[in-house]
Amino acid sequence: MADLTESLALTARPRTTGAVKSDQWRRRIGVLEWVGLHAVGLGLAIVFVLPFVFLLLTSVMSSDQALTTDLWPRTWHWENYAQVFRTEGFVTWWKNSLMYAGLGTALTIVSSTPVAYALAKMRFTGRNAALMLVISMMMLPPQVVIVPMYLLWAKQFHLTGTLWPIIIPLAFGDAYSIFLLRQFLLTIPREYIDAAKVDGCGEWRTLLSVVVPMIKPALVAVALFQFFYCWNDYFGPQIYASENPAAWTLSYGLQSFKGAHHVNWNLTMAATLLVMAPVIVIFLLAQRAFIRGVTLTGVKG
Amino acid sequence: MSATTFGRGATPATARAAAWTPRQPGRRRRQNLAALGLIWPWLIGFGIFFVYPLVSTVWFSFTHYDQINPPTWVGLRNWRYVFGLHAFWQSLGNTAWLVVVMVSLRVVSGLGLGLLVVRVKRGAGLLRTVFYLPYLAPPVAATIAFAFLLNPGTGPVNTLLSKVGIQGPDWFNDPAWAKPALTLLAVWGVGDLMVIFVASLLDVPAEQYEAAELDGAGPLQRFRYITIPHLRPVLTFAAITGVIATLQYYTQAVVVAQVASGRADQPGAPFDAGYPNGSTLTLPQLVYSMGFQHFETGSACVISVVLFVIAMAFTSVLLRRGAGFIAAED
Repeated sequence: MADLTESLALTARPRTTGAVKSDQWRRRIGVLEWVGLHAVGLGLAIVFVLPFVFLLLTSVMSSDQALTTDLWPRTWHWENYAQVFRTEGFVTWWKNSLMYAGLGTALTIVSSTPVAYALAKMRFTGRNAALMLVISMMMLPPQVVIVPMYLLWAKQFHLTGTLWPIIIPLAFGDAYSIFLLRQFLLTIPREYIDAAKVDGCGEWRTLLSVVVPMIKPALVAVALFQFFYCWNDYFGPQIYASENPAAWTLSYGLQSFKGAHHVNWNLTMAATLLVMAPVIVIFLLAQRAFIRGVTLTGVKG
Repeated sequence: MSATTFGRGATPATARAAAWTPRQPGRRRRQNLAALGLIWPWLIGFGIFFVYPLVSTVWFSFTHYDQINPPTWVGLRNWRYVFGLHAFWQSLGNTAWLVVVMVSLRVVSGLGLGLLVVRVKRGAGLLRTVFYLPYLAPPVAATIAFAFLLNPGTGPVNTLLSKVGIQGPDWFNDPAWAKPALTLLAVWGVGDLMVIFVASLLDVPAEQYEAAELDGAGPLQRFRYITIPHLRPVLTFAAITGVIATLQYYTQAVVVAQVASGRADQPGAPFDAGYPNGSTLTLPQLVYSMGFQHFETGSACVISVVLFVIAMAFTSVLLRRGAGFIAAED
């Protein structure tokens, strides 16, 4: 009996200790992996944030210190930001950027939603061809048509020197926004639209009172994208408004700012951060809508 | 019928492909009119802002036009001029470099960061935000910021490098380092791809990984035989849109050339496109300098047509490969 338990224990024991050992081992590898992953994550996060940190630190240095290799400000000059706002043109550029981005976004949403709805939910001859054209326009480099476009706005409409040549076309639908909204509209079940039709709604009624309330998150995402696109646009203002500094936007004016304060990296960095700030603040407030929008462009469908 | 309702919007070939045999002509016509009621403003815009300038661009490319006197037909003269231009081939070479190095590094690092965000357990949300933020930085601002960070004399990057005993390169002032420096800027802004990859990675069914693990597949094998095939459509999308974005590469190159060459410090100084030594020159910059600085309308339009042909070639690949992601619902 004792022999038997002994032999059982003998045969059993190595197996259990082995199992315990490999269990511990696995746990240890798990811990190592956890630590390694999070260390890499933390390290990369620091690398991605560092440029912003250096900008901020340099923006509050004195003009002399900003020209040295120092990384940390000796004295903190927050008044640099006030000086940026006092620079000639800066406030005007802010206003112009807000006008271009605000009006441009509103026009884009109003003009693109009906087209996206027709492409996603209505049956008509040539729908696929229209979709292909929207995608082609989305992919087309703006420089392909820029020379005749400029001549059109300059010679026929006499609107160069203003931002209107880049705002007015948005009233006719923006390909990227149409495509994004169409992708989102595909996810809305047909039954809602059919139900509205049965209740006697026409296409416009259906769109405005049934569809639009359902796609609010997508409209927010598209509006954000368009706002940022206009805010960041450099080529458009350069082509149409470069001759008239009173019509410049922040994105276009910023590099001439470097010219006005040519050796003052501190003021240039303060201005740079002031151009980035609205975009980053809006993003942090509306992150969820945003990420959903980015995802829509590439994968869903 | 398709041609009449769609007007000049459709090319004959695509219209024919999209046409169907109407079984109830009355109903079909009603539907077409209803759709037309929604899309007519876009059709007008399409004509004015796309068809008209595209046709004009092709026409101007065969003319001499100084933007004052009416254009005169010169046949292939502009084409021969542009194709004999060193700057033209240099721009194409730079674009090819950016496609090969910048686009592939962006795809690889976007995928790497995506994998990291998906696997990290604590702070994944924060990490995603941090990786995404630089993508949002306005290109002009981000470029000026990098011109400062990588400024050879006093920039923080070279300062840090010298602290560990490395003599940093001249970055934007050295023809050999200007494109790598622009690549760093592009990789910093890789957040858009990262988010797309994260969404796609989260879509991979967990059972597939579990089943593979039971069958004894290691992490590398699982990545190779489950993750990569699942991501293939997204990878294709990222690569092709990356190529098309690179064809348009403009703002960053222009701004960095102005700031690094010191031209931005001297208002009114002639713009040194592609500084240093044409190493950052791209086709869009040639369109700008020819069309808007030298008023060689015809030659600028030749380059526009070249850009158009290359962009459309890649777009057609996207349209064919991406049949899934653009497919109609009904």
